[in-house]
Amino acid sequence: MAKDSEPLFSSKNLKLLTDPLNNENPITVQVLGICSALAITVKLKPAIVMTLSVMVVLAVSNVVISALRKSIPPRIRIIVQLVVIATMVILVDQFLKAFAYDVSKQLSVFVGLIITNCIIMGRLEAFAMANKPWPSFLDGIGNASGYGIILIIVAFFRELLGSGTLLGYPVLEKTGLYNIGYENNGLMILPPMALITIGIIIWVQRAKNRSLIEE
Amino acid sequence: MANLFDIFIKSIFIDNMVFAYFLGMCSFLAVSKTVKTSVGLGTAVIFVMTITVPVNYLLENYLLKAGALSWLGPQFADLNLDFLSFIIFIAVIASMVQLVEMIIEKYSPTLYTTLGIFLPLIAVNCAILGGSLFMQERDYRTVWEATSFGLGSGIGWFLAIVGMAAIREKIRYSNVPKPLKGLGITFIVTGLMGIAFMSFMGIKL
Repeated sequence: MAKDSEPLFSSKNLKLLTDPLNNENPITVQVLGICSALAITVKLKPAIVMTLSVMVVLAVSNVVISALRKSIPPRIRIIVQLVVIATMVILVDQFLKAFAYDVSKQLSVFVGLIITNCIIMGRLEAFAMANKPWPSFLDGIGNASGYGIILIIVAFFRELLGSGTLLGYPVLEKTGLYNIGYENNGLMILPPMALITIGIIIWVQRAKNRSLIEE
Repeated sequence: MANLFDIFIKSIFIDNMVFAYFLGMCSFLAVSKTVKTSVGLGTAVIFVMTITVPVNYLLENYLLKAGALSWLGPQFADLNLDFLSFIIFIAVIASMVQLVEMIIEKYSPTLYTTLGIFLPLIAVNCAILGGSLFMQERDYRTVWEATSFGLGSGIGWFLAIVGMAAIREKIRYSNVPKPLKGLGITFIVTGLMGIAFMSFMGIKL
């Protein structure tokens, strides 16, 4: 059995885990999953919860689809994928409602929208349908972290500049910035600033990594 | 009647799917390169949205909600199938898209060829599922309210993508910093359009 000789964390598999963090980032390079990503980045906490939820859904449905990939008839694969994803999302949603009710209220419809998050469909189509379960699992974790990193960077700046807190802790108040006339930037809380922040992240990333520039 | 109109206007401008909730962003960014294709996709979204929101409204109220099954008999009155709503909604959307595709193919082949690949893609457009989930969250009272919400949201999405495509067609000739070209500038323009749309928030309805 030659195919079993590959170690669990070979360099090829590690690449699956690290590539989505930068060169293959789902948000800034593949342009996937922006829909549900932006509206929940006002505060850091929902962004972290969202990242974890997407990670669970993506990793598990990648494994399931990859395990079933030989028995799914190609004509109905979209429906099969949607059913697997929707089942996972229902589990995550019920879990959040039971153990983190306030966060689940803040996320409102966006937990449900993980179903149509293009990252998940995209990775199932592009990766899990053609690869073995273990690489698919790593691919899921990698892509969800790539998604999460952008989410957390955006949420970090929006919460810090917009409300002067981090995870609800009043960071700026402690530094005494308010006493010398600093004020929170209300614009950062508004939805459009999430888009502009991501635009700037893309700018910085592409300025550092010239190979990503579009012609 | 006035109430229906309020919901309609509100869902087009104030609660715009793209600029207020970032729904349907993936196809919004991917398909807004030319005005022609974006008109095609926008029309298809209006179409599907106007059908799926009321259908899901009826399912929600006569099948899923707590006590919704009481029309079957008193023993079903305390059933709550709410947790199934995601899977039901997405199934309705996927099958509606399929149905709409077949109907258009039969009765209007010209429209069918214009829409082309975009029709099946709508099944995974977050704006459509988002419309149904917002309908569920906001508890509209009648099916007409849900319909006017669906139609309005669809039109709002249409306006957004056509406007974006028009800007992108022009921006191709301007001198954008290299790393910002393509995706980066599109994000920033969308953000600026969002700020412009926020001025509608002052409207009281």
